[in-house]
Amino acid sequence: MPVFKHPQILIASNLTDGEVVFLGSSGWERDHRRARVARKAEEATALEALGKRDISANHVVDVYLADVEIGSDGAPTPLHYREKMRVKGPSVRLDLGKQAGEGAL
Amino acid sequence: MTAVDLRVAQRPNAPMTTYRYDEYDAAFVSERVAEFREQVNRRLSGALTEEEFRPFRLMNGLYLQLHAYMLRVAIPYGTLTARQMRRLADIADKWDKGYGHFTTRQNLQYNWPKLVDTPDILESLADVEMHAIQTSGNCIRNVTADHFAGVAPDEIEDPRPTAEFLRQWSSLHSEFSFLPRKFKIAVTGAEHDRAAILVHDIGLRIVKNDEGEIGYQVVVGGGLGRSPFIGKVVGDFVPREDLLAFLEAILRVYNRFGRRDNKYKARVKILVHEKGIDEIRAAVEAEFAAMDRSVFAHDPEEFERIAAFFAPPPYESLPATSALLRAAKLETPAFANFVDVNVGAHKIPGYAIVTVSLKPIGGVPGDATSDQMRVLADASERFGFGELRVSHEQNIILPHVRQDDLFALWSMLDAASLATANAGLVSDIISCPGLDYCSLATARSIPIAQAISKRFSDMSRQRRIGKLGVKISGCINACGHHHVGAIGILGLEKKGQESYQITLGGDPTFSASIGEILGPGVTAEQVPDVVEHLVDYYLAEREEGEAFIDTWRRIGHARFKDVLRREGEDGADI
Amino acid sequence: MALISDGRFIEDAWRRLADEEALPKSGKFIVSLPRLEHAVEVLGPTATFGVIVPNTTEPSALIAALPRLDLISIAFPAFADGRGFSLARLLRRAQFKGELRASGRLVADQYPHAIGCGFDTIEIPDDLADRQDEEQWRAALNAYSMSYQRGYAGRGSILEARRKAVRS
Ligand code: HEM
Ligand code: SF4
Repeated sequence: MPVFKHPQILIASNLTDGEVVFLGSSGWERDHRRARVARKAEEATALEALGKRDISANHVVDVYLADVEIGSDGAPTPLHYREKMRVKGPSVRLDLGKQAGEGAL
Repeated sequence: MTAVDLRVAQRPNAPMTTYRYDEYDAAFVSERVAEFREQVNRRLSGALTEEEFRPFRLMNGLYLQLHAYMLRVAIPYGTLTARQMRRLADIADKWDKGYGHFTTRQNLQYNWPKLVDTPDILESLADVEMHAIQTSGNCIRNVTADHFAGVAPDEIEDPRPTAEFLRQWSSLHSEFSFLPRKFKIAVTGAEHDRAAILVHDIGLRIVKNDEGEIGYQVVVGGGLGRSPFIGKVVGDFVPREDLLAFLEAILRVYNRFGRRDNKYKARVKILVHEKGIDEIRAAVEAEFAAMDRSVFAHDPEEFERIAAFFAPPPYESLPATSALLRAAKLETPAFANFVDVNVGAHKIPGYAIVTVSLKPIGGVPGDATSDQMRVLADASERFGFGELRVSHEQNIILPHVRQDDLFALWSMLDAASLATANAGLVSDIISCPGLDYCSLATARSIPIAQAISKRFSDMSRQRRIGKLGVKISGCINACGHHHVGAIGILGLEKKGQESYQITLGGDPTFSASIGEILGPGVTAEQVPDVVEHLVDYYLAEREEGEAFIDTWRRIGHARFKDVLRREGEDGADI
Repeated sequence: MALISDGRFIEDAWRRLADEEALPKSGKFIVSLPRLEHAVEVLGPTATFGVIVPNTTEPSALIAALPRLDLISIAFPAFADGRGFSLARLLRRAQFKGELRASGRLVADQYPHAIGCGFDTIEIPDDLADRQDEEQWRAALNAYSMSYQRGYAGRGSILEARRKAVRS
């Protein structure tokens, strides 16, 4: 089991449209700031179990935990540049993706 | 009268410069769409798990990327009709976000389709005789060819009938759809290789023997990716009637003995490397000898039937040079630059081949908006028999334009921001999507291309530098061909940051070579500086008529390395 | 395990022998490859038996036994491992006329591929059969009316059809 260093959120892709989604307290959210944050290894394991359940239920695919930091407003932001990209959209097309208000952001 | 003739007769305006489906092709593609629609339904219902569905969606060009699904549409041997180009534009508007990305393997990628919409997209493609079959997956991929096919003065034979012949043969092949890994075939029929055949799983070069008969030199085991290899000759002269049998023999050897224990070692290049080309050649020859070749016996009629579609368009007989063109060049310097850089010799007097660059300064290499696609379609109809090509440099080609029409064409392109005069120059950069779209990426590549392009935005400086291939990949998979860039750039991750490794001396043509590493990785901000230093050093050292790669080959890698080291010590910011 | 033949789930008339089981006197049974040589030696000419082989088997290892075998089952360790398709082709080329069976986690969509390469039947685990019912297998079988290859079994060849059209 990997060491638990940072708080984590669960990221996935929505099966039907491929959009990036985050597990929130009542289902999958299109806005990462509404993601449920795991602050302990057990909580992360619990998130993963929910992810597995929703893979089996054919709601989401490509599910994994991503490290985040918690901002002053209490909302999580991914630490790695790859996931930073995923919560926004292509850096070369600021007019597209979540950063442009598509999806729910 | 055959079924084929009937279909073409129904469309008197259809240009004949590319293959047209007959009733069998049309039925096959629509069955493929119906099958995929069912596969999507079964995926949604859970009859197929994601693991089971993945190979089937990939075999239809559907990936899951960073932000959305991605659909890769085949443009077989890079040839498109105006009608097909318009359809690509319409699909971009209706089901995507108004643009598409032309790739190095003569495909078009849509970055935002929904899974549930893809069957409709495929149906719309089928309507214009297009598909996404085998644009991904561990099968025989879209067969590519020289983008100047049929019009290049240095051609022995148009490679497209061969490519079409192979496209059909490889479609949903019973035996070779679950190979150890993907399998890419490229064909060229010219003296100069514009299809990068030496870095494909199989490269075919059409050759003539001493008796004047046409055959194929067959090269196997080239590839890029994390371990780049130049292909090796497995058959020196394979007569046309044996081509399918010979390829089938290679594929069978690969299917049986290619490694499946490690996906990074599963390509045929690794098999060839580990066993040696002699052992592979022996195995292929033994398999070939054991086959009942009468089954494959290629019918000349079938080849002729296909070849007839690629007959030359009705050219006019024109003087070799155009007075109109000469006058327009004198009058409009920007046009003169365009002609000098983007226009090439055509085998027919009075005609020219025009490269439309999809690399505007600071733009996204290979991207075209739906409006631009429509302009290109219109331009091809007005000035080029309604035919377009996609090059592996991610540009669009109008293959037959009257020299007299060049100025009018240029004006039309210029109005649509499509007249960048940089074909083959330092800002004509090949770049993969990188981390802006790709889920496998370790770093971004498009912003690097944009920064270099902006650094060299002075077009007269670019022309002074001359031919220079800059190629960028966002990870070791090398989709941006960085190994064969005269300057190659590979995006990696180093300590949680994007980092770029630079190589020099790559060459994708018959004189193929794999680039050598320049030194430790640099940051994104440093890349344009490094490229600029390298280019300045080349300019200082080059002899008359030398391109960057020639100077590098003459004076050697070490000297270029030294330059950077010296610059670094001087405190320059690299 | 479920067995598919001609697009239907059917009763399996064959029994797979465990290696410690003695060779039966009658009935249709399948032995493992290591036991094949022994089986060929001791069984009379009227015995009906088959063999299950890994997909890496060299066809030459089976050549001597071919005339005695009524069934060859080729194991598919993973559905994406296509070696079994080539092995089937090679066994058909060696004139094997008995039942050729693909055994493993094949999915319905591979049915036409299997038929094309010379397989007669497909044997899949029950959990897979639960998700992919008979109808899906039948649909897969009929997904394509013709194929672009020549010399593969099953569907008609487009090349042949065109050749006929040209020559008639
Ligand atoms: C965006 C999604 C893409 C994914 C996930 C992807 C995936 C891959 C992978 C995994 C490889 C390495 C294969 C190996 O070494 O076995 C590869 C190679 C390659 N891809 Fe892509 N690719 C993508 C986009 C592209 C694009 C946009 C192009 C064309 C511009 C392209 C053209 C190539 C080429 C030319 C190679 C190297 C040649 C070779 O196969 O060895 N790919 N790709
Ligand atoms: S090279 Fe890497 S980053 Fe670029 S498209 Fe290929 S897989 Fe993606």
